[in-house]
Amino acid sequence: MKVAYWPGCVSRGFTPELHGSMAKVAPLLDIELVELDRACCTGAGVIAEHNQELADTLNARTFALAQQVDGAAMMMNICSTCQGAQSECQERLDANAEYREHINGTLSSEGLSYEKGLTNKNFLWLLVEEIGLEKLRSLVKRPLTNLRVGPFYGCYIVRPRRRLGIDAEHPRDDYLHHVIAALGGTVIEYAGMRKCCGFPIITMNKEASLKQAGRHLGDAVDATADCLVTPCPLCHLNLDLQQPLAEKVVGRELDMPVLHLPQLVGLALGLEPKELGMNRHVVRPTSVIDWSASVVGAAA
Amino acid sequence: MAETHDRPPEQFTLRMRRYDPESGEAPYWDEHTIELEPHRSVLEAILQARDRFDGSIGIRCSCRQAICGSCGVRVNGEPALACHTHLDAAKHSARDGVIEIEPMGNMPVIKDLIVDMDEVHWKKIRRVTPWLLAKQPVPEREYLVPAESMVDVTQTIGCIQCGACVSDCLAMEVDPLFIGPAALAKAYRFVGDPRDDQHFERLNDLAQDPHGMFDCTHCFKCVDACPKDVNPMGQIMRLRRIATNDHHIVDQNNGERHEAAFTSLIRDNGLLWEAELLPRSYGGNSWFGKFHPRAGKELLSSLPAIVRALVRGKVTPAGALKPHRIPKPDLRSIQSIYENVESREQRSELNLYIAGEDEEPPPPEVPVVAGVVAPVAEMESADGAAEGAHSAPGPEGTTKPPDPETAAEETSEGRAPEGADVEAGDSGSSPPGAEGSTSQ
Repeated sequence: MKVAYWPGCVSRGFTPELHGSMAKVAPLLDIELVELDRACCTGAGVIAEHNQELADTLNARTFALAQQVDGAAMMMNICSTCQGAQSECQERLDANAEYREHINGTLSSEGLSYEKGLTNKNFLWLLVEEIGLEKLRSLVKRPLTNLRVGPFYGCYIVRPRRRLGIDAEHPRDDYLHHVIAALGGTVIEYAGMRKCCGFPIITMNKEASLKQAGRHLGDAVDATADCLVTPCPLCHLNLDLQQPLAEKVVGRELDMPVLHLPQLVGLALGLEPKELGMNRHVVRPTSVIDWSASVVGAAA
Repeated sequence: MAETHDRPPEQFTLRMRRYDPESGEAPYWDEHTIELEPHRSVLEAILQARDRFDGSIGIRCSCRQAICGSCGVRVNGEPALACHTHLDAAKHSARDGVIEIEPMGNMPVIKDLIVDMDEVHWKKIRRVTPWLLAKQPVPEREYLVPAESMVDVTQTIGCIQCGACVSDCLAMEVDPLFIGPAALAKAYRFVGDPRDDQHFERLNDLAQDPHGMFDCTHCFKCVDACPKDVNPMGQIMRLRRIATNDHHIVDQNNGERHEAAFTSLIRDNGLLWEAELLPRSYGGNSWFGKFHPRAGKELLSSLPAIVRALVRGKVTPAGALKPHRIPKPDLRSIQSIYENVESREQRSELNLYIAGEDEEPPPPEVPVVAGVVAPVAEMESADGAAEGAHSAPGPEGTTKPPDPETAAEETSEGRAPEGADVEAGDSGSSPPGAEGSTSQ
């Protein structure tokens, strides 16, 4: 399956292991990634906050570039925040033909035009809806048996439900659960799994931001998770990169590894933790690496 | 719906959170099975349980038709008006077939399902001066304002003060002093009102408050919680937009600097440069921002995380010092979009709550090919092929049978109040036909 691939900014910046692991995992799932390297940042909601039309135009340009990728079935992203920001702009663009025309007018100097109805799916949605859990199960080489994985959804990929197309037929806010289970892992539920990681206010109210991250990580520790998995690199920044600071704010040791979704998938598909960039995390995913070593050891 | 109403009564089991702080006992769960038609409300079920089994069950209610906002509770973990939630839907969303009812969150419980709205919600509402600070001199008769300028605030006027958004606010969960979604939406009701004379003062107050407009975490909880589509988070973003863009308020919480730094870094590089964003958010939006004492202090406090990131190779010094950029011709296009949009006389905004959606047939799955618009005939023949093609369905209320000929006229009806003139202003810079657009 060929997709117009939007990796986002942070996956190529402060979480390079995300972009890297996606590139490793894609061929194993028969996904051909055509990177949208001409596209710009989605604005992560901040540009929309500054000027809505500006955010809509910048994202319409990305959508138009995606529609130019020959033979691509859809656009795919690996960042929940990108999904949320893009879905918000797409909702307005798709809702009103005259507004869309107006935005396309700004894009016309580049010869670009966005045509209503682009399908844009986060890797998580694509895994469940396009590849399918059955197929995913059949591709597993190293089932995550006895690995206790806590899903961390974040906000942008589960709310608002109507905009993101979440309903009884598309329980997208449960997909991480399904994927962990399909890979053979044990799903660990905890209070904060669909709450905010706190990242958006890290510069505005650092204490509240880190308290959010620290509480959810603490909940996961209490629920005896071995690791968390998230489809959002910004959540990863607050949960992993900032974890030493979050520990201070909540006053407890956390030591909770946080994996990116493609890393967890890659692990089950037989890739090694190092190939997936797990050595680059601030919180060393020792439990996961020990687990994979013990599985390999047992197989030998 | 008629069929639904004809369905005979069924048994429903409620699991209610009971708590009487005065008793000194811990909270506990209480189960009762009631019998009602499936279309009846959770509130009716609670009242039946109270009447038949336990007169001490505490619940607040009044109008029973989703107007008074009294019966806010949590149904199966989600905020809802008990009178506005059908029993069959509640049973369907229950984990184990038992409808779980709890008091709202973020507010102290007075008894069972009744929370202390005065202690939290109303205190916060009072905090934002929820009345008009009228322009002087006050006219002898009514103020005359263009109808469209009032249409803009109808969304916030729709608030019924039920507290559902307060109950679910994740920022308030960690910072109880956060002014919160309902009160900030109420603040926009006056900031968006042309008769109010204190827009700057209101905005400056809410921007400078460490628990004000910049304390919202963008979690969308309030958007989903609101039974009236007030979109409190959207109103908070509008407050920020007006405060920073129109009143140039520079706040002590880094809100304005963060927005300016983010927006200009994307203009200059096309992609985010995280290592530069943080110091600029603290120290000011220029390359020199990192040398400001505020940035230095922040850098120092973040040292434990920075050192570990460097040691692990997550961040390399070269990667931190050099931005990643998109190709030059594309960057020029991005910059030209910035210039184009930001040079407009009036900033425009499409509010789908007011504008509604085009009433068109659902689009066929548009193949991602070469940016070429599929020929009309092809589009028409693809009727019904749209299944699964929408990753972002729009708001409800668009189920009317499609009629392309009248679609354009119908668009302007939107959800504006009866009699309101919803035409956009005649500024040439507004997007044509964007009826819900405002210049906020």
